[in-house]
Amino acid sequence: MSVRHALLALLSEGPKYGLRLRQEFEERTGEVWPLNTGQVYTTVQRLERDGLVESDPDDTVEGPQKLFQITEAGAQELDVWLRTPPPADAPPRDELVIKVLVGLRLPGVDVRDVLQTHRRHTIAQMKQYTRLKEDAADDLSLLLVADAQLFRLESVVRWLDAAEGRLKHHAPVAPAAPADAAPSTRTRRLRGATR
Amino acid sequence: MSAVLEMRQVSKTYGSGTAAVQALDAVDLAVRAGELVAVMGPSGSGKSTLLTIAGSLEEPSEGEVWIEGTALSELSRNKRARLRRRQIGYVFQDFNLLAGLTAVENITMPLELDGMKAKQARREGIRALEEVGLADRAGSFPDELSGGMRQRVAIARALVGDRRLLLADEPTGALDSDSGEGVMRLIRGACRNGAAAVLVTHDAQLAAWADRVVFVRDGRVIDAGPEPEGPESLLSSGRESGR
Repeated sequence: MSVRHALLALLSEGPKYGLRLRQEFEERTGEVWPLNTGQVYTTVQRLERDGLVESDPDDTVEGPQKLFQITEAGAQELDVWLRTPPPADAPPRDELVIKVLVGLRLPGVDVRDVLQTHRRHTIAQMKQYTRLKEDAADDLSLLLVADAQLFRLESVVRWLDAAEGRLKHHAPVAPAAPADAAPSTRTRRLRGATR
Repeated sequence: MSAVLEMRQVSKTYGSGTAAVQALDAVDLAVRAGELVAVMGPSGSGKSTLLTIAGSLEEPSEGEVWIEGTALSELSRNKRARLRRRQIGYVFQDFNLLAGLTAVENITMPLELDGMKAKQARREGIRALEEVGLADRAGSFPDELSGGMRQRVAIARALVGDRRLLLADEPTGALDSDSGEGVMRLIRGACRNGAAAVLVTHDAQLAAWADRVVFVRDGRVIDAGPEPEGPESLLSSGRESGR
């Protein structure tokens, strides 16, 4: 999961304080990934060091009260990240979920286009495993490995398809949600489901 | 290489006025000999309509379809039917075999309808069954065959007589994954022997057998490639990523 890029996404809407970034991050990622203020602040400091966000040089306040804004390089980095497939050797779904949840709230981002980018990439990976299977009809181990990868990748495509179906039947999500909304019902439901 | 199938700006509208439903909207698609193209999309996206128009089972409202360079709109009804019988093979999810005919009779019937002598048609039918590994079941009726075998008979029927264009609609939808893989290996084999094939599916595992994947949504082609480049070798890539 990329906290770094999720924070960039929040800052792409306009300058924000560290505390507000934490609240909005949790709100927008379905409250599945709680963050502490220290994590947020450390990450934003690194983003600032890398030139992706900036703060007012005259602002002497530190910590959660400091105001940050995204730079042009940060906006570019965010756009590239949204469309970059996760590494093939890591379970990709969680990062994909984050990308879609983040993209959903960003003005100017066509989430269906983001879904399609990942769908095409995932199927391209599946094609390679299918070729492997085709050329190795007698190699049982290889066939089993290829099958395992194909079923894993297929589940990613199915999730992308399901996400697109949901987008079709739900009203567009408002770009900026209030940060102080009670986390409550959804949090309880999610925690109940993961117990 | 010229295309076996070419569709240019093909649209299809059912009904009229306020009840009009646009199933296809300005679709372009070209499939060359030896190429397997998958058309992917959700239910209702227009992919099956695309296939029936490609196979001349329906006419487009607008646009043109060429099969091996012949524009379908320029053919009479009879000539179109002959072109369908001679050059296009269809494979459907539910096999579409005639229950009262044996495996080989299912294959030879379209040849005989097209004027071929019974003996020669039978020879062609047996050869087609050999291609799909079912020559020993030539005399079996469909209900004596497994689902996988029935679909292999349907593929033999689709390819008999050197048909150049194979159109498949969810051909493995009714099969388990092992039989389904067997069917896809046969379709790939047919393409290696020079056929052009279009496969419509919502199943990513099936689409992954194709040389090219075209995505449709709401009657439009939304993404026709190009394919992103992947690692040269998946195995070496796996080793590198494990470092």
